Amino acid sequence: MSGCRKRCKREILKFAQYLLRLLTGSLHPDSVEDEMEMATVRHRPEALELLEAQSKFTKKELQILYRGFKNECPSGVVNEETFKEIYSQFFPQGDSTTYAHFLFNAFDTDHNGSVSFEDFVMGLSILLRGTVQEKLNWAFNLYDINKDGYITKEEMLDIMKAIYDMMGKCTYPVLKEDAPRQHVETFFQKMDKNKDGVVTIDEFIESCQKDENIMRSMQLFENVI
Amino acid sequence: MAAGVAAWLPFARAAAIGWMPVANCPMPLAPADKNKRQDELIILNVSGRRFQTWRTTLERYPDTLLGSTEKEFFFNEDTKEYFFDRDPEVFRCVLNFYRTGKLHYPRYECISAYDDELAFYGILPEIIGDCCYEEYKDRKRENAERLMDDNDSENNQESLPSLSFRQTMWRAFENPHTSTLALVFYYVTGFFIAVSVITNVVETVPCGTVPGNKELPCGERYAVAFFCLDTACVMIFTVEYLLRLFAAPSRYRFIRSVMSIIDVVAIMPYYIGLVMTNNEDVSGAFVTLRVFRVFRIFKFSRHSQGLRILGYTLKSCASELGFLLFSLTMAIIIFATVMFYAEKGSSASKFTSIPASFWYTIVTMTTLGYGDMVPKTIAGKIFGSICSLSGVLVIALPVPVIVSNFSRIYHQNQRADKRRAQKKARLARIRVAKTGSSNAYLHSKRNGLLNEALELTGSPEDEHLTKTTSLIESQHHHLLHCLEKTTNHEFIDEQMFEQNCMESSMQNYPSTRSPSLSSHPGLTTSCCSRRSKKTTHLPNSNLPATRLRSMQELSTIHIQGSEQPSLTTSRSSLNLKADDGLRPNCKGSQITTAIISIPTPPALTPEGESRPPPSSPGSTTNIPPIGSNIVKVSAL
Repeated sequence: MSGCRKRCKREILKFAQYLLRLLTGSLHPDSVEDEMEMATVRHRPEALELLEAQSKFTKKELQILYRGFKNECPSGVVNEETFKEIYSQFFPQGDSTTYAHFLFNAFDTDHNGSVSFEDFVMGLSILLRGTVQEKLNWAFNLYDINKDGYITKEEMLDIMKAIYDMMGKCTYPVLKEDAPRQHVETFFQKMDKNKDGVVTIDEFIESCQKDENIMRSMQLFENVI
Repeated sequence: MAAGVAAWLPFARAAAIGWMPVANCPMPLAPADKNKRQDELIILNVSGRRFQTWRTTLERYPDTLLGSTEKEFFFNEDTKEYFFDRDPEVFRCVLNFYRTGKLHYPRYECISAYDDELAFYGILPEIIGDCCYEEYKDRKRENAERLMDDNDSENNQESLPSLSFRQTMWRAFENPHTSTLALVFYYVTGFFIAVSVITNVVETVPCGTVPGNKELPCGERYAVAFFCLDTACVMIFTVEYLLRLFAAPSRYRFIRSVMSIIDVVAIMPYYIGLVMTNNEDVSGAFVTLRVFRVFRIFKFSRHSQGLRILGYTLKSCASELGFLLFSLTMAIIIFATVMFYAEKGSSASKFTSIPASFWYTIVTMTTLGYGDMVPKTIAGKIFGSICSLSGVLVIALPVPVIVSNFSRIYHQNQRADKRRAQKKARLARIRVAKTGSSNAYLHSKRNGLLNEALELTGSPEDEHLTKTTSLIESQHHHLLHCLEKTTNHEFIDEQMFEQNCMESSMQNYPSTRSPSLSSHPGLTTSCCSRRSKKTTHLPNSNLPATRLRSMQELSTIHIQGSEQPSLTTSRSSLNLKADDGLRPNCKGSQITTAIISIPTPPALTPEGESRPPPSSPGSTTNIPPIGSNIVKVSAL
């Protein structure tokens, strides 16, 4: 009961103050707009020699990469929005935001929400100059959304849907609703050796190494840079 | 594709490795980078000022002068630099465009000089960035108007005998200053409008009395004179209207215009009055009609620019006025209700009903205060004073706001229209760019098909030059191709898609025994069939797969449930190379394909025409009648 009275008093006080302000015409105090400084992140990458030692690129290649990177992202880091925008330019017919999200997580190894040039170079170094084992490792990391070491059917289904989303609507033959699911079934039948419903890293690497097509396609992008 | 993003293409291609373990079919080969030059610095000498940039920067836009081989024309062997005898200031913007992908318009630059430079360097002005686009368009419009004004003044001075009589008449009506006759006509009509208006006014003035102490208005006293005046005016107006109607370039549009409606309304009462008899019943209505004669005063707006501007601004301010009216109405209703209930108690109160109180409220709020209705109770007086105070607020406040809104809205309207048009244009540009890039891919696919078709039908002399795609484009297409392979679906364009949808909805499968393809268990899509073809060919394994996808032919896929690899027999004669063992890795069931039709000769358009396939000679007979289920599914 006393609490109620206290509350009432407080409300009346507030109302009286409001009336006073209304009468004196100072209803809107100059709101000091605390301009929150847009945290402009500036990031300077490691020295060229260090990066050259850590990755498998030559100095010239690193220079070309950095120039392109810095041109697009003058602040030195890519955040997810920019990443999605850039990726969607390559796939105009479909919706590549979901896949770009997964890709972003795969590149952002320290999970701080932005991809710096080092992350970028490390990722590319694995993809373009790494051994087949490393590449498969990277692919497994991409599919394993929650990074727990197992690819479940749900995770694979998400990835598959994201890939199929990139195709868009106008495809031939017409994209059916369960095409991703069927594809996932195929994948699991091929990869899941002990049929326990998840794919571990060893099963994955083993199955991929047996498949000649996959092996060959891994070498496809050697000469990209 | 924005060229700034071309820098990210290697990344997107590298990330495509993520699709590889998922895909069931082999990927197409990557386009080879034939001449992989080291990136070199190029010196561009523009009127003595030297600019330097990387070669790859310029090559981002291959359809401009600097990005294509056209710049070789400007190469100076002695100094090993490219010399352009042009304005270095504008060149700065042009070069920045290559560097950043955004074209800016410098404000101090003359618009026509800028346009000339852009045309020289082969850059379309449409890609000017949003930050500068409005300014650019404004300047361009001003320039165009200036040009048009110049042209007009030129035209006005010279005589144009080539105009038809009708066109001269229309011009005379619209611009009275073109000829003396038009000016005379203009003044005469103006005079008669004034006469008519004054007549209407004077008609009602009382002049003189009649025995019986009844005041007579002039209109009734000099009825004949007024009638003659009225007739003359109406005749002039009718003639003018008919002449305008005759001369108008678009009669329908003229009839719908505001001025013509005013004209009609101005002369209608007279004719209706002529037609109707002096019947007592309709004379009341007839008198009402005469009110419309006052609309003749609006005919003055043709003669007065100011009236037209006022009319236009009222139209554009209509929403503000409407809001003012609405808020006033609200206030009136509120106060009228309050006053009515407050005064209900007092005797002999004039506030008999709420609508009756409306009059009091309006008079009080506009601070007129006639005094014909006054509150008598105390509560009524209190509320009456609140009413008049709030009336001052409600009416006085919006008026300056409207006045200042005036110019603001006027300019803002114009700018809003501009921005809306620009937004539409901008969205259209973006859409065109998007469809352009996807169409480029489909187009290059078709070109690829055309080329193979040419090669395979053995007519090398018809090899036409396909559009040379830059390396970046071919790499981008390869990327899209890989995605197609991963998902076993192809990109097609909108019309094709709709066609397919329509066809599939009214298609009945010509299958005899087996169910349709999709329900066949354990059968992947036609991908594996393509793969079977693919393994039989050497490096350019792109070719047969794309041929299978061709829209030019109906390909029938034979699916055999048998175990025997009966490959050799069911191969179309077009596959000349021997197979090297088809691996059945589609869950045991083998799939062989046979193309029953020969791709059509390249003279026909590549747009998918669904014709029944001409039977190729001899190849169909090779299909062995192996007894197991053969499902024939037409791929269209």
